[in-house]
Amino acid sequence: MTSTTAHATTRGRSAGIGHGNRGKVMVTGAAGALAQHVIADLVEADYEVVGIEFRGLGDDYPDTVDYVVDFNQRPFEDVFREHDFVGIVHLGRIRFTQSTRGRRYSANVVGTSRLLRLARKYGVTRVLALSTYHVYGADPANPSLIDEEYPMRAANLMPEVVDAVELENLFNIQLYKHPELNIVILRPCNIAGPGINNEISRMLAQRVAPCLVGFSPLMQFIHVADMSRAVCTAFEQNHPGVYNVAPNDYVTYQDALVAAGCRRLFLPSVPPGLARRSMRALGRLAPPAYLVDFFKYAVIVDGSLFARTFDFQPNYALESLFADYRARK
Amino acid sequence: MRTRRYLKSRLVPRDVEAIVDGLRLGHTGSTGSTGYDPWGLNPDTTKMTFTVVRWLYERYFRVVAHGLDNVPASGRVLLVGNHGGQLPLDGVLVSYAVASRGAGARLPRSMIERWFPSVPFLGNWMSSVGGVIGDPKNCAKMLEREEALVVFPEGIRGSGKPYRLRYQLQRFGHGFMHLAMEHDTPIVPVGIVGCEETMPSLGNMRPVARLLGLPYLPLALPAVLPARVVLNFGAPLYFGGEPGSEAEVALRVETVKDAIRDLIDQGIAQRRDLI
Repeated sequence: MTSTTAHATTRGRSAGIGHGNRGKVMVTGAAGALAQHVIADLVEADYEVVGIEFRGLGDDYPDTVDYVVDFNQRPFEDVFREHDFVGIVHLGRIRFTQSTRGRRYSANVVGTSRLLRLARKYGVTRVLALSTYHVYGADPANPSLIDEEYPMRAANLMPEVVDAVELENLFNIQLYKHPELNIVILRPCNIAGPGINNEISRMLAQRVAPCLVGFSPLMQFIHVADMSRAVCTAFEQNHPGVYNVAPNDYVTYQDALVAAGCRRLFLPSVPPGLARRSMRALGRLAPPAYLVDFFKYAVIVDGSLFARTFDFQPNYALESLFADYRARK
Repeated sequence: MRTRRYLKSRLVPRDVEAIVDGLRLGHTGSTGSTGYDPWGLNPDTTKMTFTVVRWLYERYFRVVAHGLDNVPASGRVLLVGNHGGQLPLDGVLVSYAVASRGAGARLPRSMIERWFPSVPFLGNWMSSVGGVIGDPKNCAKMLEREEALVVFPEGIRGSGKPYRLRYQLQRFGHGFMHLAMEHDTPIVPVGIVGCEETMPSLGNMRPVARLLGLPYLPLALPAVLPARVVLNFGAPLYFGGEPGSEAEVALRVETVKDAIRDLIDQGIAQRRDLI
């Protein structure tokens, strides 16, 4: 068991998973479902993984979490002092539904800025950051197959995700200012599959899921196991840059719900204010109101650059992804 | 999904199914496992829509199309026409004319207004039958995939104009010309006659339109009249080489407008009666 500090709480075993002949990797957001897949894949690839979590989850932490620590607190540096990291896989991001705006900004933007400062100080040479396709924003005028050069319009369209856009800007600045960090930024489409608890996965997992009358936008989904493989492949091959991660397969939201065995609950879609209000009235049964436009307008991203650069193809078809949700009902 | 399959099996005649199957939708390998391409085109919805469009094309508007041979059977191409008639019927009829011509049939994708996807049902339906938001990035990606695009450079200036301005070309945007030059794409001019008479408008009810979030709302009968439609497809125009200035681009746009004007005059002369 490693040392315990006031704020960097070490959990009840030696920090680190695996033997790590290829070095130690810090994985943030280690309590998440994706992180658990990524950690398993990294261990299999012979890395030693140290899992960090900054969300307060009580005592309900999985074994993948070695430290519970706030990135903005001084003891966070102790984690770097204790371990000689070769790389960081930054998956931890507090979503809108998980905290207040100020706390979210502090953890996601200010905290990540400190993480990168420490990464430079302690000579980390590979950083992978998980962003989201939400940074493009949902708008009726969006073109299809949005590539990485498209503006991150979410900052203008939905202020609630401005921290995600700022986080990306932060990484983009560091990408060019500190090339020694070899930063790779991934913008995945909807991640779904067992254990995933994001908004779209919650909808697919419910017996009754809301949808707006007259709207069924085209969507892309990637299985959590495929996304984990994408993260590990990008971390290992490390071609710095920004990449969308999405398969060349598309399904409308309502078809996805039906394929996942959900019954559709139709909500009024016009006027837009009524749509938001009805979403809010359903509480956790509906996506947060600020995401309502993602359930109206298609945001299809072009994942071809990632597929070409990292020679990546997803293994899971949409049918098997939805079959899993159907089987769990 | 199940409803669509059921309706398709009940509504779509075999010959319409054969027309859509013959279009080889997804020949570029962009169609996914559920039948959608990245722009939302779905063959099943296209078949159901074509069942209705064929009746409109053959029986209601009794469309006559000339010069369809000018549309290449493969490769990138822009079909540029005059816009009118309040509703986007002209785009639907031009697309169906090329898609149902037999040998060399293909489905030209219509560029639609950016606000269409914000209208319930309409946005989904237009995407599923081949409509694509008129965004330069969309157009560029489609031309790279060797698709045919129907473009109305007048936009809502053309479709929303009152009847007294019928067949008078409004200002053309230059975007289509830049696309044609950058992607080395031929332009087939199309003169559309008859759509202006399908919904004659006395004017635009601007305040009401603004209230409803629409670009215009015609002061017209709430009905589509069965006007005869004549389509004339002209010889392809090629605009290679980098223009020296935007003024030169404007001259090239005028060349296309002149070709469309000639085709409109030809169509008016060919039309025997309005209804």
